[in-house]
Amino acid sequence: MSLVVSTSGDPAVKVSVRNLDFYYGGHHALKSVNLPLYAKKVTSFIGPSGCGKSTLLRVLNRMYDLYPGQRAEGEVLLDNENILDPAIDLNALRARVGMVFQKPTPFPMSIYENVAFGVKLYETLPRGELDARVEEALRGAALWDEVKDKLQSSGLGLSGGQQQRLCIARSVAVRPDIILFDEPCSALDPISTAKVEELIEELESQYTIAIVTHNMQQAVRVSDYTAFMYLGELIEFGKTDDVFNTPKEKRTLDYITGRFG
Amino acid sequence: MSDHIVKSYDRDLENLGRKIAEMGGLAEKMLAEAMEALSLLNIEVAQRVIATDARLDILQREIEEKAIMTIARRQPLAVDLRECIAAIRISGDIERIGDLAKNIAKRALKIASETRVTRATIGLKSMQEIAGMQLKDSLDAYAQRDIEKARIVWDNDAQLDALEDSVFRDLLTFMMEDPRNISFCTHLLFCSKNLERIGDHTTNIAETIIYLVTGEPMPVERPKGRDSSLNVINGEAL
Repeated sequence: MSLVVSTSGDPAVKVSVRNLDFYYGGHHALKSVNLPLYAKKVTSFIGPSGCGKSTLLRVLNRMYDLYPGQRAEGEVLLDNENILDPAIDLNALRARVGMVFQKPTPFPMSIYENVAFGVKLYETLPRGELDARVEEALRGAALWDEVKDKLQSSGLGLSGGQQQRLCIARSVAVRPDIILFDEPCSALDPISTAKVEELIEELESQYTIAIVTHNMQQAVRVSDYTAFMYLGELIEFGKTDDVFNTPKEKRTLDYITGRFG
Repeated sequence: MSDHIVKSYDRDLENLGRKIAEMGGLAEKMLAEAMEALSLLNIEVAQRVIATDARLDILQREIEEKAIMTIARRQPLAVDLRECIAAIRISGDIERIGDLAKNIAKRALKIASETRVTRATIGLKSMQEIAGMQLKDSLDAYAQRDIEKARIVWDNDAQLDALEDSVFRDLLTFMMEDPRNISFCTHLLFCSKNLERIGDHTTNIAETIIYLVTGEPMPVERPKGRDSSLNVINGEAL
């Protein structure tokens, strides 16, 4: 595995998005987007609804492939390999790029199976190893202590915040390189939100993270880099402290300060 | 800059600015009148300065509370957050300027009955004029968000420092000439220190304005235009 190492003092680049255009049929949803995702850093994507931030996230694991009429042009290099290449193994890609959605998506099965499910798709592990992997993932998602005595209970019986952490455990269990979060806290109460944010900070030491959020304060709290998008274009990308303190573009300033008309 | 989507947010920030302007106006008046009280040893004017200070304290507390409430309510970012922080800082500086002017007025009351050295207040008058101008310019720079004007205020502080040294030497001379001047001149020494500190607060205000507009802090080192009064006493450069 090779990483592109930049020379400007920024960390290594894990994903490099180059001249990316995206179309929903005739609708041009992303317009020549260029940006890096730095390895083991959190990058947040902000912008008004419909600006293309979730679309960009869906390109990073080629989720759009599930829908006819959607297509991406350009390059998305993950460790220097273009994931838009039609020849790429999509299963392998999705094992490397996990995703957590706005609403928790537990499967109607036990807590244990929810976490083991993804692992079984990609690997055949002996029972003992699988148990260890499930525990590791649940610990990694800061959920182990709350569920260790009821692993065989249904995942649907957990609270919203726990369900979201269960989904994070399911992503973590397959040991991905990247985790994508699409508004992971928008359906959660403040305490569950704080737990997920705490978790994102912990996950950062092992994973490259991209998070779409409408909560500006959340972007400030959890991310190292921020991308502001508007009408399918990347308007500004930079260190989070700079983007939220001294943005270079007026549109960014207007958006983050609530002046967007 | 365009308006916020939430209109009351704009009103909150405008309100902070208006209260700072009110504080600034009061402090300017207090400073000018404190000097008038000192030059003419006018008890009535001195008492007016002392009475005005209470209003300044109340305004400062209001600004602090409103800025904190705005931060809690609006969770401001970028320049809006700096507006709130700047309001807290600048109101603190103006409140201190008021205290220092009040202290000059109190000293005017104390020395009203002392032996007077009329020429001793001439240097102080020059200091007050410069400090007053610095205060006015810093308040204008705040109202107009004018960083060039703020930079000039920042650079000009050295003048006041230099003048303080010269006043110190003069007062020392008067005291050596006639020990009966000592009490009077000692009070004036404190007044000159107060004026020099007022200058420092205007420099603080200038720094805050630059931070408010650019998001960047000023250099830690400030321009200095003197040898320090310690050297005058010791007769050597440190």
